[in-house]
Amino acid sequence: MLGWELPPHNSGGLGVACYHMSKALALQGATIDFVVPYSAEHPGIDFMTIHSATKLTPLERYGLGAYDSDKVIDKELSKADVNDLKDMRGVQKRYVKFVERLVKVTKPDVIHAHDWLTMEAGMRAKEITNAPLIVHVHATEFDRSGSNNGNPLVHEIEYQGLMMADRIIAVSGITKKIIIDKYNIPADKIEVVHNAIDVSSFDDGYIYDLRTYKYLEALKSEGYTVVVTITRFTIQKGLAHFIRAAARACERYDKLVFLLAGDGEQRDELIKLASELGISDKLFFTGFVRGKQWRSAYDVGDIFVMSSVSEPFGLTALEAAHHDNALIISRQSGVGEVLHSIFRYDFWDIDVLADQIIGIATSKALKDSLKKDVKNEYNRISWNDVAKSCLCIYNSIEKGALAV
Amino acid sequence: MSKRGIVLYLHVHQPFRVRKYTVFDTATEHNYFDDPEYETERNNEQVFKKIADKSYRPMNALLEGLLAKHPDFKLSLSITGVFIEQAELWAPDVLASFKRLVDTGRVEIVAETYYHSLAFFYSQNEFERQVEAHKSKIREVFGVETQVFRNTELSYNDEMAKWADNYGFKGILAEGWDPILQWRSPNYVYRPSGTNNIGLLLKNYRLSDDVAFRFGDKAWPQWPLNADTYNEWVNDSITDKSIVNLFMDYETFGEHQWKDTGIFEFYESFVGKWLNNPVNTFYTVSGAIDAFAPIGEISMPNTITWADTERDLTAWLGNSMQQEALRYLYSMEDDILRTNDISLISDWRKLQTSDHVYYMCTKWFTDGDVHAYFSPYESPYDAFLYFINVIRDLRWRLHHDHKCGGLNG
Repeated sequence: MLGWELPPHNSGGLGVACYHMSKALALQGATIDFVVPYSAEHPGIDFMTIHSATKLTPLERYGLGAYDSDKVIDKELSKADVNDLKDMRGVQKRYVKFVERLVKVTKPDVIHAHDWLTMEAGMRAKEITNAPLIVHVHATEFDRSGSNNGNPLVHEIEYQGLMMADRIIAVSGITKKIIIDKYNIPADKIEVVHNAIDVSSFDDGYIYDLRTYKYLEALKSEGYTVVVTITRFTIQKGLAHFIRAAARACERYDKLVFLLAGDGEQRDELIKLASELGISDKLFFTGFVRGKQWRSAYDVGDIFVMSSVSEPFGLTALEAAHHDNALIISRQSGVGEVLHSIFRYDFWDIDVLADQIIGIATSKALKDSLKKDVKNEYNRISWNDVAKSCLCIYNSIEKGALAV
Repeated sequence: MSKRGIVLYLHVHQPFRVRKYTVFDTATEHNYFDDPEYETERNNEQVFKKIADKSYRPMNALLEGLLAKHPDFKLSLSITGVFIEQAELWAPDVLASFKRLVDTGRVEIVAETYYHSLAFFYSQNEFERQVEAHKSKIREVFGVETQVFRNTELSYNDEMAKWADNYGFKGILAEGWDPILQWRSPNYVYRPSGTNNIGLLLKNYRLSDDVAFRFGDKAWPQWPLNADTYNEWVNDSITDKSIVNLFMDYETFGEHQWKDTGIFEFYESFVGKWLNNPVNTFYTVSGAIDAFAPIGEISMPNTITWADTERDLTAWLGNSMQQEALRYLYSMEDDILRTNDISLISDWRKLQTSDHVYYMCTKWFTDGDVHAYFSPYESPYDAFLYFINVIRDLRWRLHHDHKCGGLNG
């Protein structure tokens, strides 16, 4: 399996998904060699062999900006300097070389590569071993850029990877549609396998501390409803629309506060927008949150909004549901495909979002029903089912699969 | 001795569906039922005209033909007040064809609440007003008196039977549900416990649902069902008994079961085959009660309906949203009626139609059987949201136009 990160050295959902998927696959009998581009300890991962492609520390790897492809990626791999580990392309070249050596020693039955970051390595491994290549798409460059103008080289890598792949796994119907529409890949080559949530990972002794967001708790006790979103502040996340909807909602019902947890390049713009709309005192910007502050942001919330313009899946929605939030999910977010007990809206439709927020805030029955009903749903979504689907796809190409 | 017979009873109803009514409409726009988008399942005119073409027109033509051809063919219809209002607006010819059926003297109209509401369970006074309103609408449109009562969704309990008995109805309809019947057959007239003069007719749900639910289901082992087989089943069921009560939604014909399933030909052929046997006939609901004395007494202390495997009201009142919506609605009764504001009262009553809370049902989500849920809304939560925004607007109109009531939230 070719990945870019695993917990605890992850910056986002990709590492979490890879971790749970691999664990469930291993439980179902797969032998996995998992390649990451850095060197570090991964406590608790004993169900597969982790290979480090470079001597970089996870922190140095963060600095490469894997998720901000517009700034650094401009070279064909052949022109990249394999010794320049400050350059994303240099690291990727080193990663490919490592995978080339690895597959010559241990020939895989299946190559499972995650996102554009590892697609080149996946294609090389397929060339060398002739083993089937599964490309797993957690996000495309169209999602990351929030537009049609992503990084052209990344687009090219994604296109080649998708073309070369024997089968493609998309994390949602939305992502599958992008792969078909933007890359002209035939629909029957793509399987949708939605991500899951492992709620046992939340059983770590954490207890919600009411003091973490003391001011918000005080407002709640006065009858306020806390609307929360936890995300990166990038254009892809649709937060400007979210803030406009907040202002619209406050016109009709003002016992609302909005908690925006996270950080990103849009932050200043969003703060400015809130002040222009005259609702600065309704919005709480936390900055980047981890650990207790992160968990508590879910806990203090009554309503969780995922306002994304383009969200392949959106695991945070399931996490928010687990922490007792009513969910409002944009129609452009894949996680909405697996849940029914939620409100949905088009990311640009601020009146609908405002109406839904007020509706929940002003009706206990609606709020309680949404919270309770969604729990019944996400509890049924498991990583074991994801692993079963993956095995099924492996077997559909070749019998007796072991996975690299 | 009377012939054995089928009691065919069809329920005709369309609700005034609530449009996408947002909090920004509240206190501003008071038209709750006219969705501006014509092509949605919430646009009542569009839905009514579509079903008129698929079901009401072809089925009424078929029924007229059967009545002309077979002197023994009879049936009963319950037609809600909100259906008649919509027919008057958008399909007067459909209403005229119902009148022709009734004019044959062999089609009986069954009494119910004008608004197809659950008022019986919330307000006895409002319930009686709606039964009265329906009686007078039927008198006005069809020139007939109703004699037999059915409540919304065939909901029934002993208290309701006593009420109908005291009111003067000669009969009442209910589900023939096995846990109540136990060893007894639904194919007789019964007497409800604690009543003196009223007859109880119980739906034979197996034979009814073979047509209403299963007819077009290709996964059903008996598919495709033909008239000969069905005629045998009905004959086997009735043998030495009095009646077989076939109760179903009228829209079974052409809407729930589409034309291309062969439902119309099937039914026409079945009626002919049934009447080919000289010992067989058809009864209207009051005809059956006149022809047969009750064979025994039946008690249903708890409410039974014709819905779902549970045969209860959980599809309408099972979750907190549904309970909250109706609690708010009925708590306004006194204030609303005192206003004498006809349009406000009419809007309030149209909101009592049981379909509105049905659209808020979540039990199929919990069962994981989402496809069992039919609704013009994206989710039960959306249905609730629009409804509650309308409730707020009713409060606003009370407050603003009539200086009574509070706004509360």
